[in-house]
Amino acid sequence: MSFVEYSDFIQDGDVAIVYLGHESLMPVKVQQGAQTQTRYGVIRHSTDLIGQRYGSKVTCSKGGWVHVLHPTPELWTVSLPHRTQILYTTDIATITMMLELKPGSVVCESGTGSGSLSHAILRTIAPTGHLHTVEFHQQRAEKAAEEFKEHRVDHLVTVRNQDVCQDGFGVSGVADAVFLDIPSPWEAVKHAKTAMKRQGGRVCSFSPCIEQVQRTCEALADQGFEEINTVEVLLRVHDVRTVSLPLPDFGPDSSAQTEPDAAEKAPPASAPVQTSVSLKTTTPPREIPGHTGYLTFATKPRT
Amino acid sequence: MADNGDEDSQYRIKQGDYVVLKRGNIFKAVQIQPKKKVIFEKQWFFLDGAVGNFYSTTFEIVSGALQPQKLKNTDNAKEAGTDNRNIVDDGKSQKLTRDDIEDLKEKGLEGQEIIQHLIDNSSTFKDKTEYAQDKYIKKKKKKYENTVTIVRPSCRILAMMYHGREPGKICHLRYDTLAQMLTLANIHAGSKVLVFDTCAGLVLGAVMERMGGYGSVIQMYPGGEPVRAGMESFGFPAHFHDMLHGFPICRVNALLAGTLDTTAKDPSAGRACFFFSLLKLSEMFIALLFPEETEKLEFKKIFYVFVFVLQAQERLVKLEEKRKKLAAAAALLEGRNADGLVIASRFHPCPVVMGLLPFLAPSRPFVVYSQYKEPLIECYNKLKEHGGAVSLRLTDTWLRHYQVLPNRTHPLLLMSGGGGYLLSGTTVATDRAKPAGSQRAEEPAPKRLKLTDTEG
Repeated sequence: MSFVEYSDFIQDGDVAIVYLGHESLMPVKVQQGAQTQTRYGVIRHSTDLIGQRYGSKVTCSKGGWVHVLHPTPELWTVSLPHRTQILYTTDIATITMMLELKPGSVVCESGTGSGSLSHAILRTIAPTGHLHTVEFHQQRAEKAAEEFKEHRVDHLVTVRNQDVCQDGFGVSGVADAVFLDIPSPWEAVKHAKTAMKRQGGRVCSFSPCIEQVQRTCEALADQGFEEINTVEVLLRVHDVRTVSLPLPDFGPDSSAQTEPDAAEKAPPASAPVQTSVSLKTTTPPREIPGHTGYLTFATKPRT
Repeated sequence: MADNGDEDSQYRIKQGDYVVLKRGNIFKAVQIQPKKKVIFEKQWFFLDGAVGNFYSTTFEIVSGALQPQKLKNTDNAKEAGTDNRNIVDDGKSQKLTRDDIEDLKEKGLEGQEIIQHLIDNSSTFKDKTEYAQDKYIKKKKKKYENTVTIVRPSCRILAMMYHGREPGKICHLRYDTLAQMLTLANIHAGSKVLVFDTCAGLVLGAVMERMGGYGSVIQMYPGGEPVRAGMESFGFPAHFHDMLHGFPICRVNALLAGTLDTTAKDPSAGRACFFFSLLKLSEMFIALLFPEETEKLEFKKIFYVFVFVLQAQERLVKLEEKRKKLAAAAALLEGRNADGLVIASRFHPCPVVMGLLPFLAPSRPFVVYSQYKEPLIECYNKLKEHGGAVSLRLTDTWLRHYQVLPNRTHPLLLMSGGGGYLLSGTTVATDRAKPAGSQRAEEPAPKRLKLTDTEG
């Protein structure tokens, strides 16, 4: 198992994702002799997990069952322990494509936060790329480094505990892409430029507030970035439902009274009257995320 | 310029490269070929002038040829007004006539110079606010600039190009939806991905770009031949094509049933060729026996037979290649251990996903795109019934662009109405016996609405 390569069977030391149903997921560190509590009962790692195929159904002690899934950055994003507000798959997907990330890309990122985007980047740039991620909070930086190791992706990433606005990314002239998710991204724009390849690259800044976006766009223009572009992406989920709509009763059909003779001779057809119609449709959830942040992209020209 | 020549050469435009022409948000994919004329935004020109320059260079179109653009001169601060209360739009503020402008164009004036002339001859320009002046200049630039930038193709650029230019060819798949698909399907180097794409090969190319030449992609295709035009526009290096396989869907059932025969050589083609050559040879002998034919004609006949036999050989070789490729693709599919499935087509998605899902290993993602929502509702219900998939989600994304300028920041006036829908999920191991009701309902029971006393 690793977050950048699939495997078929669960092994001791793997991180597996337990799917409990209803979009409820739980990460589990697989260990010989360990146990995990779920609402359906206990999962015994040695018998229920180790050696089983990823995707298997596991029956828990109370009789209920769950599925054990191979970890992916997407499953990790919705099950990881939050240390900060994270980026969700919708924004991550847009960022990945708009920064033109692919195997071999060298990426600089700040702040690392809880590592949600970091894992997605690592998956995309493996096996030949590298991620330089900067986090100014010491414990978060350490936790991230720990997780990368556990998830077997540490060879693809370098974590630096420093302030990107003061000290930059710690590298220069190597990045194909830079991503900023910090309170004052305009202060880091010049460091982004330094970290990027001379021949050019892409940059992205994520900010929840429009004022931050304005200052960042100004800084990007000042530093000579081109194609500056701000978008926002929102996910709409459609919950599939079977609904039953009752039909109104307007009384017996009046057209049967136009030919009274015919009605007497032929008894009225005893067709069952439909009282409701069932149909399969979708409904939106009651509340949906209306805003995560604005994504500003730009291109660094050749310098 | 102490550049490392070798290192930089990969950043230069070369003959044969697949590139994208760009002006603002208008894109067009072309291949650089000598003496080839292309049309872009109503202008014809040769691409030869671009060769040797760096990618992302902006060129001026001068007399049908490309020249690198000279540096732009900065706009000088101009006199401006405060608001439009006194500006009357009578259509007479521009003193230059259409003919005057045509004359300027013919004289060979650069776009920027024409714009300067327009500004100088506009009676209301100096009364406009600075913002209105900016807007005016931007509008004129769009109309009169004759520049084109040549950029390297990428998923981002090609997806935007297809969506802007020919959305019908890609089932109206918007680029952000494509972005979601690539991430939700966990496309990454080293995996084995199945793609069913009738979007001109754009989705196929996007998947291949994210795999970087590692792993394998099997393109399932309807009909006789796979469509790969969109994929070719990516300009992948040759070794990327080695990871790409194709498998016709008309053989899927045979493969699943284990009855697909990829070993038998097709003897009929060889036999047909043999008999044809025999026929031709006998014709020739008859001609020889009756020497009233001239020598020249006999020679011609021998020549034709020779060519015919050669063509027959070629056909046999091609058939053999095709058979080998089919066998290779079948071998990859047989294991039913693919790592991902991506479907984006004009076909009804339900039978496509039900037909191809068996090829996926358990605990692997799949994504189905449809321009319409209802077919995916059907898919969702079918998959729920059938089992073998969890985390099913029907989604679409909403994309909005912003104009960010000092004191003029707001969302753009127009936005894309729709970008299509996605159904995503993860496979799980299926049980052999599935007693009814063993499935945990994922749909919460519909709530019965409380009726007030007044309602019937």
